[in-house]
Amino acid sequence: MSIVVPDNNKPMKRNVFRFDIKTWGPFIALVALAILGVLINPAFLGADNLSNMLTRSAFIGIIAVGATFVITAGGLDLSVGSMAAFIAGVMIILMNGLVEQFGVGITTVLFGIGASLILGMGAGFINGVVTTKGKIEAFIVTLGTMGIYRSLVTYLADGGTLTLDWNVRDVYRPVYYESLLGIPIPVWVFLLVALVGYVLLNYTRFGRYCFAIGSNEKVAEYSAIHVDRVKTLTYVLQGVCVSLATIIYVPRLGSASAATGVLWELEAIAAVIIGGTVLKGGHGRIWGTVVGAIMLTMIGNILNLTDAISNYLNGTVQGIIIIVAVYLQRASWKKNNV
Amino acid sequence: MMSAPPIRLQGHRISRSFGGNQVLFDVDLTLHAGEVHALLGENGAGKSTLVRILSGYLPPSSGEIKVSGEPRRFRSSGEAETDGVVMIHQELALAEQLTVEENIFLGRELRRGLFLDRRAMRARCREALVELETDIDPATRVKDLSTSDQQMVEIAKAVTRDVRVLIMDEPTASLTEREVQILFSLVSRLRKKGVAILYISHKLREIEQIADRVTVLRDGHLIDTGLAEGRSKEDLARLMVGREINEMYPARSSVASDAPIVLEARNIEVPGAVRLASFTLRRGEVLGFGGVVGAGRTALCEAILGLRQRRAGEVLRNGKSVSFRHLRDAVRYRIAYLTEDRKGKGLVLNMGLRPNLTLLNLRAYCHPLISRQREAQAYAEAAKRFDIRLRTDVSTAGELSGGNQQKLLLAKVMSIDPEIVIINEPTRGIDVGTKQEIYRFIRDLTESGCSVILISSEMSELIGLSHRVAVMCAGVLTGVLEGDEVNEQEIMQYASGIKGVGGNEHRRA
Repeated sequence: MSIVVPDNNKPMKRNVFRFDIKTWGPFIALVALAILGVLINPAFLGADNLSNMLTRSAFIGIIAVGATFVITAGGLDLSVGSMAAFIAGVMIILMNGLVEQFGVGITTVLFGIGASLILGMGAGFINGVVTTKGKIEAFIVTLGTMGIYRSLVTYLADGGTLTLDWNVRDVYRPVYYESLLGIPIPVWVFLLVALVGYVLLNYTRFGRYCFAIGSNEKVAEYSAIHVDRVKTLTYVLQGVCVSLATIIYVPRLGSASAATGVLWELEAIAAVIIGGTVLKGGHGRIWGTVVGAIMLTMIGNILNLTDAISNYLNGTVQGIIIIVAVYLQRASWKKNNV
Repeated sequence: MMSAPPIRLQGHRISRSFGGNQVLFDVDLTLHAGEVHALLGENGAGKSTLVRILSGYLPPSSGEIKVSGEPRRFRSSGEAETDGVVMIHQELALAEQLTVEENIFLGRELRRGLFLDRRAMRARCREALVELETDIDPATRVKDLSTSDQQMVEIAKAVTRDVRVLIMDEPTASLTEREVQILFSLVSRLRKKGVAILYISHKLREIEQIADRVTVLRDGHLIDTGLAEGRSKEDLARLMVGREINEMYPARSSVASDAPIVLEARNIEVPGAVRLASFTLRRGEVLGFGGVVGAGRTALCEAILGLRQRRAGEVLRNGKSVSFRHLRDAVRYRIAYLTEDRKGKGLVLNMGLRPNLTLLNLRAYCHPLISRQREAQAYAEAAKRFDIRLRTDVSTAGELSGGNQQKLLLAKVMSIDPEIVIINEPTRGIDVGTKQEIYRFIRDLTESGCSVILISSEMSELIGLSHRVAVMCAGVLTGVLEGDEVNEQEIMQYASGIKGVGGNEHRRA
């Protein structure tokens, strides 16, 4: 009797086991990397070093959470780095201009933040609409907007650097440099974005539709899903994430130039991929992305703490880690499917 | 008149199984030089399998192939082509980004030393296209051509080879009437040159026009073979479908003559697919849609549902005019659609079973976040209702058997609690047992007051389940059959354009 009746426990068990490797892979790698860090230099575990590292990973991490949605739904956004630079530039110009009217108070900063959010949403919306309504590959559209935003910020800065008014910067500074309950504010923002992202991706219709669209757009269409709307929304969400990252980035240096945010798009994509999201869509994981972003920063941090490998080889080590991570994920896929 | 011309290609006692499923049983087929041999049969009769075996795409499970009397064992289609056996595919097999000329010579490019001899290729390509009376430019990219032009390129590709046996699998499916006539004149020229031609088509009218010899397959068995002369279209139609309808099908529920019309389509026009089609659907009724693949049945239904653009026409739901711009609108009016392509359009294969089940009506499982528990509960209910049985540890929809996939898809579609269900080819590629379950399910649906539109290429299914059958041919709804008219010969005649609206214009004076 027990042979014919489907055994409900058995498949469940295997599922959990299978998920183990794939879900925990990036976490295991992160822990291994941390242990390596401690072995190289005990200072690695110091509170200062850790909080510094997490703060730095917050920019890429926040952007990468947005990228997780875009990539899961089968898209790609190359414009995030330039978008960040452009938003930062406009924020600075706006805040400097408002000093006369509102003084160097919170109001000015809030206007800057508001402008950042609107710009982020607008830029994401443009990426989304052109991709879906124009039926152009996301790679091409965002390659285009990437060039546009980059040149716009260069133009605004007239080839040089835009600098935030010193007095405004004093008001704005705490957003990057202050801590709450011993944890830097950027890390709080990162955590919050990740948490919201996790719920959105795994527990809402929007998230589920992202998975479905990334796996097979036709099936999504035949499941009465507004495919274009959902895809556009992923880009808008990406824009909001870029805007949040920019909001905490601007007080750090108080300036923006053509060099701001260069290669952020690739780092964000790398973080997403290391975290186990499939580049061609259909499968995404927020916590994986968070771990991926932290890992990328950690590599640089560890190289800083040791003399064994030159800091200039940061990119080499990151590159190797990305390829190895994806290779391991693919290998485990294969084993499970055969 | 004269002794039979020499044999070019012969299949002797060919059998073929896929897994445990035998689809061809000891079939013989002989192609003579200079003859057009028509191969007939319903969808799933085994025609495509047979020609794929003859042209080297598939090895037979048993049986023998002889080319000009010599036994051959093709290991690939390339080997068959070296023997002069060339097949033109039903689905076009062209490299879209390459030009016409590059496609025609793909894999057998003419060279001069190390380099391509473009001039020679262009010249030969021109010749072939001139022979086909088309004005296609050899330098055009294939993706810029219309489907019928692509078909012509496919044909040109075949005739530029040293072809001795030409196999054409429904070559006219996407051609216009004029192009069909050009194709036919080409066929007769090839025939005069001594080429043996195997011609597969559903259109009996065409067969009558060009075939010298016919072979009829049914359920993988050879039913009849012989000269085309003396075999009428009606005879052939009967031979093709001649299966008895047994108790496969549950008794139909009765439809009151004054049952309200729940859905009406008026003069629906879909560019390139459907011409002015109108029909009505009553409460509690199964309206079958017959016709060959590509006759426009799917396009018609999808246009009504908002899945395709339509140029003109009106849809009425319970007598009120509605306009569905997106499938979601149709769902709101409690119309569900079961696609024929369950792997490509129905289920997300790499997703779990529960998310697949709930995808169409996810709203119902949210408050406001998705409740995994309610999804699991819904799945358990659906598994029970639709008898989804998992023998192994299945975690994604792609790992399910065809029958179970179909049941899961059915469960997904039913999750919106529809009043009208449009079912497209519900039993394609599934076993007999599951088929019967699905038939019973359709009966239960109508008994509970739902209406069903059933698109099926399986004749017996249409007849066994439908109260009325609408038949389409080449985008025209040729007629709606009722009562005693719902039989295989009638449907076949309407489906091939012999009878009915629009069929007249095909008739020769």
